[in-house]
Amino acid sequence: MQAVSSGCPAGVHHRAGLRPDPLAGHDALMADFIQLLVAGLATGGIYALVAIGFTLLWQTSQTINFAQGEFVMLPAFFMLVAMNWIGVPFWGAVVIGILISVVVLGAAFKKLLVDPMLRHGVLPLAIATMALALFMKEAVKDFYSAEAQPFPPLAAAINVNIFGAAVALQSLIVVAIAVGAVVALQLFLTRTQTGRRMQATAQNPVVARILGIPVERMILLAFVINAVLAALASALVTPIYLAKFSNGEYLGMAAFIAAIVGGFNQVRGAIVGGLLLGVVDNFAAAYLSAQYRAAIPLVLLIVVILFRPQGLFGRVEERTV
Amino acid sequence: MSARSAFGAVAALLVAAGLILAPLGLKPYGIYILSLWAVTTIAAIGLNLTLGYAGQVSLAQGAFVGIGAYIAALLTAKGWPLGVAYILAGVSCFGIGWLLGYPALRVQHHYLAFVTLAFATLAYLIFRNEEWITGGIYGISNIPRPSLFGYSFGRPRDFYYFCLGNLALVSLATWWLIRSPWGRAFVALRENPVRALSLGVDTRRYTLMAFALGAGLGGVSGVLYAPLVQYIDPTPFALLLSLNLLLMVIVGGSGYFLGPFVGAVVAVLLPEWLQAADKLYDALGPVADVLSMVLPPSALKYVAKHYLVAYAVFVMVLLVFSPSGIIGFIEKRIAARKALRTALAAQPKVAS
Repeated sequence: MQAVSSGCPAGVHHRAGLRPDPLAGHDALMADFIQLLVAGLATGGIYALVAIGFTLLWQTSQTINFAQGEFVMLPAFFMLVAMNWIGVPFWGAVVIGILISVVVLGAAFKKLLVDPMLRHGVLPLAIATMALALFMKEAVKDFYSAEAQPFPPLAAAINVNIFGAAVALQSLIVVAIAVGAVVALQLFLTRTQTGRRMQATAQNPVVARILGIPVERMILLAFVINAVLAALASALVTPIYLAKFSNGEYLGMAAFIAAIVGGFNQVRGAIVGGLLLGVVDNFAAAYLSAQYRAAIPLVLLIVVILFRPQGLFGRVEERTV
Repeated sequence: MSARSAFGAVAALLVAAGLILAPLGLKPYGIYILSLWAVTTIAAIGLNLTLGYAGQVSLAQGAFVGIGAYIAALLTAKGWPLGVAYILAGVSCFGIGWLLGYPALRVQHHYLAFVTLAFATLAYLIFRNEEWITGGIYGISNIPRPSLFGYSFGRPRDFYYFCLGNLALVSLATWWLIRSPWGRAFVALRENPVRALSLGVDTRRYTLMAFALGAGLGGVSGVLYAPLVQYIDPTPFALLLSLNLLLMVIVGGSGYFLGPFVGAVVAVLLPEWLQAADKLYDALGPVADVLSMVLPPSALKYVAKHYLVAYAVFVMVLLVFSPSGIIGFIEKRIAARKALRTALAAQPKVAS
């Protein structure tokens, strides 16, 4: 959450070396454009995963999770422990990481921190999650390592040719997994009974309870889904950033901005907000100076808040007496 | 004078005496941290007015500290006295705070938080990118300490007393304000804005006033911060400061007069104390031998090594235990004891 200033650590685009050549012709410009777009969608897909979890928690339990970025930072270390200390192969470690996240970042987070404070308003809980973010960051730094840890790549470092542009296979896999996760979540929320019960809980918990929906279980489910999405994002983003205790700072901020830009109370808004932010981020990195680049997401945030405070897709929430 | 207010007066005197005597036994770094506590408390008092009393969420308090600090730095570095910066920063933060209050008339709760968040971000971007005025990331150095009637507050201890004096003035003014009709109007605004409006409270004016006063105190805090650290750059005024001030208000007890004081102790002093936990037994002498039977020195060393982890755990446990903060917890205990005493006093009549 903290590092508004520091900007994104070595991003997708840096790895891929996508700085455009000013002397290139039209075709090369087009190729650059496609490269940047795919890299932006990859970054944005990850932001979207994190932002969706953020809005889910807000909708179901009015939790503003300032530790959301750290929720993405930590699962990578669960996976590293599974790989390096127990010797599980990579994909097994990812599954183990997701399972531990469900228990720790989903159920335990809700039971130990959220439940006792839920009735006391938004702010104390938001502050407690700030403390949780500090706790997770410092604990990883003190008890695992302060250095960036190598993390296995999702795919071999090869490029795929799309309309004449060489696009990193890694980016395509990230986009595919992120899109797959988002589509699966949308299908779950809209097509299954449990998903619709969750939506009902988010829209009106009192009526949902009267209609016999187990509201408590639905809220717990939202926390579990958030943990799964965060762990998934962790597996996608860590090969690019390397595993480091401070990874959550920018990611949390980006997810927060994406959620606000898209509309705080809409899953669909978080998706659009995340993708938009990722693409804008990557284009700004290529065409603007580093100094202004870090400012772009913030400017986007300011513009959206000033002209559409409920976000691009958000519903206006009524003021109650 | 009731027993409770007498107890309160004695406690306040003891704390004041402690604050006045404290720097005599401290090294310069300790005095610096204590000065930082006083300066930060002023900003937290301001946010407590906006948030705790008037109920308007602001994530921009750190930006006002920044504006105050930059005004002080720019003016005093050019030779102007700090008093001019003081007035200018107070007035301009009051004015900007008033303007920032306008969105609060339209949007509430988390949307208001977003608007103020955007403002804080904008202010930070200006501090960082407008090099011609703020010096950008290189900042402004050689900020002089003030002098008053020919007396210089250059040395750490003198400047600490300067900050403490300012804190005392701000505290007295706030104490008066929250007991005045204004303070009651703020609380009415927080508890139920629609009802307050229908009772004839000019909610519009008081909402703007709550923002403006809080922001003005943020500016004052910044004016003191600049000569305290003597070098400023944009980093300390990023969003983190606003969030940290929010933490102080909530952890201390939002809407309680003493909340910001205690909250700033937690956020500014506690991490320092935890970091020095392993030196506790050196200072205690013979008492340490008794204590070390219960709490081994290795445990203290462990805390000192992982002091930020310990700090984060403390804040989480505290908030889970008492979401209304430290002062809120104490107030509730006092109320519970009073209720128990009344119940006990009533009991014999029923029994006999």
